[in-house]
Amino acid sequence: MGDPRAQEGLGGALVFPFSEEEIVRYSRHIILQEVGGVGQRKLKDARVLVVGAGGLGSPAAFYLAAAGIGTLGIVDDDVVDLSNLQRQILHRTEDVGKPKVDSAHRALTALNPGVRVVTYRERLSAANVMDLIRDYDVIVDGVDNFSTRYLLNDACVMAGKPLVDAGILRWDGMLMTIRPGEGPCYRCVFPEPPPAGVIPSCQEAGVIGAIAGVMGTLQALEAIKLILGVGETLSGRLLLFDALEGRFRQVNAAQDPDCPVCGDHPTITELIEYDLACELPETGAAAGPTERKNPS
Amino acid sequence: MPEDVQVHRELDLKGEVCPYTFVKSKLVLEMMEPGQVLRVIVDYPPATSNVPRSMESEGHKVLAVGAAGEGAWEILVRKKD
Repeated sequence: MGDPRAQEGLGGALVFPFSEEEIVRYSRHIILQEVGGVGQRKLKDARVLVVGAGGLGSPAAFYLAAAGIGTLGIVDDDVVDLSNLQRQILHRTEDVGKPKVDSAHRALTALNPGVRVVTYRERLSAANVMDLIRDYDVIVDGVDNFSTRYLLNDACVMAGKPLVDAGILRWDGMLMTIRPGEGPCYRCVFPEPPPAGVIPSCQEAGVIGAIAGVMGTLQALEAIKLILGVGETLSGRLLLFDALEGRFRQVNAAQDPDCPVCGDHPTITELIEYDLACELPETGAAAGPTERKNPS
Repeated sequence: MPEDVQVHRELDLKGEVCPYTFVKSKLVLEMMEPGQVLRVIVDYPPATSNVPRSMESEGHKVLAVGAAGEGAWEILVRKKD
């Protein structure tokens, strides 16, 4: 209610807790029973960190900015490549060669100047991950490699931060929401990263651009639900999407008491970075990360 | 206006159209206490049906809808408990 732009009535009495611009911008949210002004305020007070301004991070960050998330952090150390533009919709052709965090900042601020966009042109590492996630309420994983995915999972478990994880490859997507202490983490389902080269990267195997839009948008929805405290999150459930077949399916997953990071006797107590080269020849047997271990 | 109803807050929304009549009424009602009554004044005719319908769908009690002067209407809403 301390918004300086909020409207004041005669005698300084607060009429609305939002500015006229905000009331119009967020009116379709405020109308919703599950949001209202109270929920919109929660979104405005929230801080979300999107790790990776690529295929998943682009739609996730766009929708989070549009939703009025007060502070949006973006982590990426890369520059825009022409081959990114088929799916990484934060960036434009004229951004090729420029840092992704810069084009992300431009795009998100243009969409919603009311959002504070904080950029970190860094590669996520064991040295910086704790500092990066510390000030954020929800973390969105839009990374493109297993080393960083495991690092982010472990860090969020150790810091008790909710993490919305997603991955895409070819025509397939998966998503799971990790609520440390309340449901399984990524390692409960996939204890160790696959050996280097077993799972090809998008660079090797290809990815249909629009699936990044589907999964990244679902991540934004999960983050919004976590902040509002409404609905059922995809904690304890892996959502799998097969775009070619046009089918969603879900696989239940439980917290593993033997999980190396969130189990009863964790063996991973310090952050580790895997050295996973991705140049090994593609093997036809492995279809995707979601099929390495059937958690049900 | 029913004579025995105590109005705790008034909101003049003349000049506003839907959905902002409901949006602004909802924002003010959220800041009130359960059981309190909000009197909304509108001059946009569709609001006299839209606002009460939306308020009721959120569980609030619409106490009255009636004329409030030339070309204006009042809507009395009691906030749900």
